[in-house]
Amino acid sequence: MSAPILVLENVNKHFGGIHAVTDVSMGLHEGEIVALIGPNGAGKTTLVNVITGVHSASGGCIRFLGVDVTNQRPFQAARRGLARTFQIVQPFPRMTVLENVAAGALFGGAHANLRDAMAAAREQLEFTGLTGFADRAASALTLAGRKRLELAKSLAMKPKILMLDEVNAGLNSSEIDGALTLIRRIAERGITILIIEHLMKVVLSLAHRVLVLHHGQLIAEGDPSKIVSDPKVIEAYLGEKFARRLKEASSHG
Amino acid sequence: MTQRLRYIIFAAWVMVLASTPLWAENYTVRLAIIVAMYTALSQSWNFIGGFTGYPSFSTAAFFGLGCYAGALTQNAGLPVILAWVFATLFVGLFAALLGGIILRLRGHYFAIGSFGIVEVVRLVISSWGDLTGGGDGLNVALVTGSPNVVAQTFLAVMIAIMLIVFAVTVVVDRSRLGFGLRCIQQNEDAADMVGVNTTRYKVYAYTMSAMFCGTVGAAYASWTGYIDPSDSFSIIMTVKVPVMCLLGGVGTVFGPVVGAAAFLLLEEFFWTRFLEYNRAILGAVIVILIFFLPGGLLGIRYRELFARARARLSQPGAAT
Ligand SMILES: Nc1ncnc2c1ncn2[C@@H]1O[C@H](COP(=O)(O)OP(=O)(O)OP(=O)(O)O)[C@@H](O)[C@H]1O
Ligand SMILES: [Mg+2]
Repeated sequence: MSAPILVLENVNKHFGGIHAVTDVSMGLHEGEIVALIGPNGAGKTTLVNVITGVHSASGGCIRFLGVDVTNQRPFQAARRGLARTFQIVQPFPRMTVLENVAAGALFGGAHANLRDAMAAAREQLEFTGLTGFADRAASALTLAGRKRLELAKSLAMKPKILMLDEVNAGLNSSEIDGALTLIRRIAERGITILIIEHLMKVVLSLAHRVLVLHHGQLIAEGDPSKIVSDPKVIEAYLGEKFARRLKEASSHG
Repeated sequence: MTQRLRYIIFAAWVMVLASTPLWAENYTVRLAIIVAMYTALSQSWNFIGGFTGYPSFSTAAFFGLGCYAGALTQNAGLPVILAWVFATLFVGLFAALLGGIILRLRGHYFAIGSFGIVEVVRLVISSWGDLTGGGDGLNVALVTGSPNVVAQTFLAVMIAIMLIVFAVTVVVDRSRLGFGLRCIQQNEDAADMVGVNTTRYKVYAYTMSAMFCGTVGAAYASWTGYIDPSDSFSIIMTVKVPVMCLLGGVGTVFGPVVGAAAFLLLEEFFWTRFLEYNRAILGAVIVILIFFLPGGLLGIRYRELFARARARLSQPGAAT
């Protein structure tokens, strides 16, 4: 396999005494869909925040396309091609849907002027199925619509890597199916995807590879089907006692 | 109201202000100068407070520094116009350096910090007596000519400054910078994440909000011929200017123009009629206006209002 485009080496992040991310090393290859899973508070969002410069790393090194990008500022990450969606959607509420996406195109996608950015934004609205809402205020969209808007905005930035922080949380099952199709089509464009996800259904149907974070540490990595039966992972999600009981039950049975 | 109509009304308003010496007495000309001056200040504030959404209370610091920078260089022998240009650049530089620090604060903290700057600068100016004359104030070389000529000159100067700031506002409003500032105003984290260099843009906005206050201050010093710290760094001014912008409509091209005019005319109205209570009445009017007009005077949907009024008027007739 070719060299990874994004490399993390022993990345650490602590907030005072809280070690949110501890010694994480990993790589992302071009065109991959990688799922990042772990229980609540595992440090998934923090890791994305460190990669995109929202938080500075307390230690370690991040390289993107061979360039050291540790402690870059968020706008630099955006311009380099590291886009992300927020777990809690972050629209520009009083702008139209079109303007929201145009902001991504203008500043992150390096379009020379507003007119080009608007044209690029329309393409992304088409792609994400939001064309009909172009002139509505972003705040008037439903949750599913706003999550799509986050996707459209990120795509307008022409990213190389797209990090999706729980884009499916709060959606109903038909909305999730729609989102899954959309994510697959994004991947088909050659964009590398790191998806943070709690729904195993989504992880299993999308991911080529899974990373498991627990208490800020990477405890497992590999094939989706193997990961779900890994005792360490089960323990992280269900607790030690439950995992032991499960193991005993399976060895007896 | 179409944008074109707004430009036409604006042009007419500028004509009214500019023509006051032809049809009104000195008192009104003086009022026109004040209107142009506050319009320029309010338009300046709009860059940081309106477009960017950072509630700045630094206006009086920039205005006062402009007064002193202009007066001191003018007294040192610099030609008047160059002294004004110097004051503009000096205050702009001051704000650019300061902005890098103070714009790290957000919301209330920024508001308080920006307010503190007025006091700090005022203290420095009043304690630096050797240079600034301290609390005794400073005389500025008067522009020669009859009172009428002086008034006409400064009316022209203030209107020119107001038009320059207006032109800059129009350009910013349509540019990448303006779009980026609006992104910051609505959601700074999202703006950052979308690729806006938020720190730099905020410093630009803060600098623009300051430099023209510097110009206005320097011109004001030349006009009045005498400045002192309490007049130059007035708390009333630092509050009045944002209120004007809010009254007209924040973050819009014409809001500060409408707001400054409406505010000063109201003030004038109350000043002449209710001398003792004018401040209290004015405050009440402002509170009411701001509570019921969150988008300012320009944010009112006049057409809907008329339609509703008409509907209500025609209702009793329909019932019979
Ligand atoms: N800005 C912050 N300041 C202090 N502590 C923080 C901050 N951000 C995150 N943390 C802490 O870091 C830990 C990891 O949080 P994080 O949000 O990264 O978890 P997560 O894996 O994304 O969880 P979830 O699945 O609930 O989104 C938590 O203990 C959290 O309280
Ligand atoms: Mg999270």
